[in-house]
Formats: sequence, C-alpha cells, structure tokens
Amino acid sequence: MKELRLMKGNEALAEAAIRAGADAYFGYPITPQSEVIEYLMANRPEDRTGMVVLQAESEIAAINMIYGAAGCGKKAITSSSSPGISLKQEGLSYIAGAELPCVVVNVVRGGPGLGTIQPSQSDYFQSVKGGGHGDYKLIVLAPNSVQEIVDFTKLAFELAFKYRNPVMIQSDGIIGQMMEKVELYEQMQRTENDYDWATTGRKEGKSATFVTSLQLQAEEQEKVNLKLQAKYREIEKNEVLFEQHLCDDAEYLLTAFGSCARITRKAMEMAREKGIKVGLLRPQTLYPFPVEAFNKIAPQLKGILCVEMNAGQMVEDVKLAVNGKTKVEHFGRFGGMIPSPDEILNALEQKIIGG
Amino acid sequence: MAKRGDVVIDIEKCKGCEVCITACPNNVLALAPEVNNKGYHYAVKVNSDCIGCANCAVVCPDAVITVYREK
Amino acid sequence: MSENLIKPENLVYKKTDVLTDRIMHYCPGCGHGTAHRMLAEVIDELGIQNETIGVAPVGCSVLAYYYFNVDMQEAAHGRAPAVATGIKRVFPEKYVFTYQGDGDLAAIGTAETIHACNRGENILIVFVNNGIYGMTGGQMAPTTLEGMKSSTSPFGRDVKTMGAPLKITELIAQLPGTYFVTRQAVHKPANVRKAKRALKKAMEYQKLNKGTCFVEIVSNCPSNWKMTPAQSNKWMEENMFPYYPLGDIKVPEEK
Repeated sequence: MKELRLMKGNEALAEAAIRAGADAYFGYPITPQSEVIEYLMANRPEDRTGMVVLQAESEIAAINMIYGAAGCGKKAITSSSSPGISLKQEGLSYIAGAELPCVVVNVVRGGPGLGTIQPSQSDYFQSVKGGGHGDYKLIVLAPNSVQEIVDFTKLAFELAFKYRNPVMIQSDGIIGQMMEKVELYEQMQRTENDYDWATTGRKEGKSATFVTSLQLQAEEQEKVNLKLQAKYREIEKNEVLFEQHLCDDAEYLLTAFGSCARITRKAMEMAREKGIKVGLLRPQTLYPFPVEAFNKIAPQLKGILCVEMNAGQMVEDVKLAVNGKTKVEHFGRFGGMIPSPDEILNALEQKIIGG
Repeated sequence: MAKRGDVVIDIEKCKGCEVCITACPNNVLALAPEVNNKGYHYAVKVNSDCIGCANCAVVCPDAVITVYREK
Repeated sequence: MSENLIKPENLVYKKTDVLTDRIMHYCPGCGHGTAHRMLAEVIDELGIQNETIGVAPVGCSVLAYYYFNVDMQEAAHGRAPAVATGIKRVFPEKYVFTYQGDGDLAAIGTAETIHACNRGENILIVFVNNGIYGMTGGQMAPTTLEGMKSSTSPFGRDVKTMGAPLKITELIAQLPGTYFVTRQAVHKPANVRKAKRALKKAMEYQKLNKGTCFVEIVSNCPSNWKMTPAQSNKWMEENMFPYYPLGDIKVPEEK
C-alpha cells in the first residue's frame, strides 16, 4: 500500500533506498546530508530487509565499498555532499570503467573548497562532465522535490542496472533539508541476482569472473572506450527526462533544474501576470541533457534565461543545445545564496527582454 | 637409502631465476646453456640424484616444476 | 635411471588448478609468484575455490586476477580493504581476501587498511612487503629500509627527512579487530611451507568470524634492488629480516 508522510528530503531518500530494495549503503557524514545515514542507522534496515548499512572511515572508503558490493551484483547506494563527492571521484571513475551499477547522491553545498554548508548547484560540471579521470559519464538525475527524491531513487537503481553505469542523484541543501508531503512506494523485495559480470563465486567448470577497469593494451582500452561511448549514445537516445510549463506560446524561456526550478517557476508565473509570454523548461536528467527539447523550442524564442545557483554551468549545455538559434543568458546566485523570484524576473527583463 | 624421485620442468614457463637450483639438496638442477622462446636459460636436470623432496617446486615462483617420487 | 618414475601414482607435487595456466608477468625470482601459489594451494586444499572472492591491488600484483582461478575484483590503489569490506558485507558467507603490496597497503591505503582491521572485517589481508615500489620502477616505499637506495631516495633513505620504514604489521596487531597477525617469507622451502600453514590458518579462521587475519610476506625485488634473485634473497635475509623479523605477532588464544 502506498503511504503518505511528511518527510525531510534526506530522510525520504534513505527510506526510498530501503524500499527500493537496496542491498547496501556505505557512507560518511557531511553536512547537509548526514540525515541519510542517521535515518538508516536509526531505522535498522538490516532487520527490515537485510540491507547492510555501514559508516565508512571516509568518502573514499565508502565509494570503494560501493565498488565491492556493486561488483557482486548488489544494489549499492552512497550519499555525500560536494567536498565528499570530490573525494569519491576516483572511485566513480573506477566504477564507470569497470561498468558497475550504483547510485550516488550529492546533496550539493557551496564551494569551492570547504565552501559553505548552504545549498548550491555548483557541482553541475563535476556531475555532468565526468568529474573523475577518463572519458566517462554518470547518468545524472536532478530532483526538485522530496517526492522526486523518492521517485528518482527507484529510477536510479533501474537505470544503473539497465546500463551497468553509476547514476548520480543531484540533490542540494534545499531539497535535502526541506520537509514536504511525500508518497512512498511499497517495500520492494531485495532480489538475489547472479549476473555473469558479477563476482559471486566461480561456477564449477567455468573460468572465474573478474571486475576490472584495467586494460594494458591501448587497442583494448580503446575498445572499452568505444563500448562506453556506444552505451552513452543509447542513454542519450532513451533516458532524457524534462518538464515543460507554458511553452506552447512562449516567446521567452526560463530554464533551471532542481530546487532552483521551483523558484524560477514562481518567477515565470509572475511574468505571465505581467503579460510576458514566458515558459519554463526543467531538465530532470542533466545527463542525458534534453538537447532535442531545447533545439525544438529555440526557433520560437526571443531568448532563454538559464537560472542556476552557480556562476554559470548548465548554461553552457543550453548554448550547445540551441546552437545559436536564440540568445542565451545566465542568471545565478551562488556561494549558498538562493535567488528570489523577483531577482529572476528582473534578470529576465534586463538580460533577455530588454537586452 | 632415500627414495628416488624425478622432476618435469615446463621449460617455456621457466624464467631461469635459479631459486630451485639453490633449494635442491642434491644439486640435481642447473641452468641449460640453451634459452627458451622467451630468451631465458631454463632449469634442467643434470644428474639422477633427485629424491623427489619437491623443494624445487615449492620455491619455484612460476609453478613450472612437477615432482614424482617412487612409492 | 632405469625405471620411469613419471607416472600418476608417483606424483608428489604439481601446480594447483586454482592457479590459471597463464604465464605470470613477474620478474624472474620474484616472490609474488610463490605467494600466489601458496594462497592458491590453500584455497584448493580447503575446497573453497567457488566460495572465494579476491581483491587485487594496484602495483606489481595488479593482474593477480589473471592468475587466480577465483572470482576477483581489481581495486583502486590502496582501496582493496574497502572493496573487500563491501564484498564481505554483502556476502558474509564467502571467503574474501585482499592481496596487496607495501605501497598499496602501507602508504596510499593506510587508512583503508587500519580501519578495515579495526572494524575486524572477517577478511584475509595478504601483504607482500619488498620495501620498494616495483611496478612504477623502484621508488621509495613506506617500508624501504633506512639507508636503502631507490629511485626517489638515490642517496639512501634518510629517516630525518623521509621518516623511518613503517612497521605496519606491528601496528595492525595492536588493533582489537585483528585476530591473527603474522610475518612470513617465501624464499626457501621451509619458509614457503610455514607461510602456507599461516595462510591456511588465516583462511580457516575466516569461518569463525573473529576478525581480520593479516599475513605479511617479506619478499624480494630482484629487478629494482638491482640484484640476481639469489643475491636478493640473501640481501633480504641480512637486511629485511632484522627490521621485519619473521614469526607470529598476534595469535588467537587457543581454548
């Protein structure tokens, strides 16, 4: 039976992971996402489903525990916030290279460095463009509500196993900390899978399985890269998610992701009240990016304002997507500051309509 | 009298490190003047004094020696 | 010799099938091959080939998964104990081991090593210590001896600026999470047999869920020590063993 609850984003994520039938969570505390592991420790998923929860000695250890569990074909999830996600980049590159499925949640805070514990979206590049070394991609989901945190947790595991690829849920300090009504799905059973790529113990009469991201021969490594690229093209073809509001007659477009998209939507409504024909396009997958959606709407537009809680990151992908068909500008607050709808409307009027 | 033994050496896998030669109590092994396909002088038996103690095989880093001993 | 002794009933020693037939890439006389074989023989004798999952490190033994015919994962540099933790936690009934060198285990992976041991993960850690970075070409390791030359300590390790060689095994033995900690060698028949007994005990203890078992194998590096294998083994006895004395460091209290 579905269940309604009032929950904090971070706690909803933890509950969603248990209900999605996750086998293991490995993590390390960092503000503003420590509630994830606190909730898991307090709720004893070991007793509920047999899910393993362990506080690692560092984010580095946690992501490598994920590698180990994922390499066994298990549903493994970790979460952290920006500085901790930086520490996980080595592990993520290995996981992508070894083609292991896993879910990583980044409850983004302001940077660079130790930065601030306030919410931010300044890890867009890190999430979408690779983050660690080597040519690889994470599938990146950007929820804008506690409900989407829950729904995307389930989706993230599905995509991770469908493509044997790490999936990142890009939350932020707002989504993680705010409380909202949320509909939880029913408990899914943990499943015993014996994937042929996973180390589950050698099968009698067969050669052993190994999980690795190492190819000493350049020819072999190129083959691995080509295979990964083919997989990414499939992901780009099949898995794009976005939402559009009032785009049909739009002369102007606002675009934003995650929590920022909710504030931007308010700005859109205020603009509509003033008679400005403006729509909103909200990418729900940051990778794969909704290139076609932007490309399609661009010809009808006089301009796009990309609103982000960073100094201008997604705006580069928007520009690439519209490929010069319309003007694209960025408006951002950063370092933990959150834009107000008034500021956004003002920026739309100055940078796009009046600009 | 000690039991008699014999060894079979997989010469293509031998890297000529000589660890077996040092380990043999009866000086049964030596390096061949010839080289294998990898270019290594490989271990060979040079007499029939083998007692099948398996010391050579036990220390061989490349697991190239099989040992037999009479019952 | 008149009678042919080479027949199945006379067989006393052959390579275990838990090692694959691939030619190992290790340099001639390197102890890695022997350490691999001992571990493989233990897995064979315990009949746990299909229940064992190993973790390979970064370093000379990075390709260990080519040689062990058991399921294995290749970890990032130093992270093998964390990877093994992830495996063991989701598969508590499997036998899990890591195989790591000194750079991997005692430098870049010190935190993962100490914390896995401190949690008492029920895994076997095999630590091959040859006092040098082999794969990258002979740089100074955390275990490089005082005064020992390497490509990054070309005038010898100066403990004033480079620190003293790290006896991580003694450190590990202090942790309540470890159950059995021992230091062995594989350069002579008697040592090999002893090392194998230690590995066997360590693997068997995993069934008891009593904590981490840690087997150090002091080994050689003929190529980077720039010696013949025989010279390197002699040098190891004369120089490594006094600083890294062989023997059990922590043994379970027998009932």
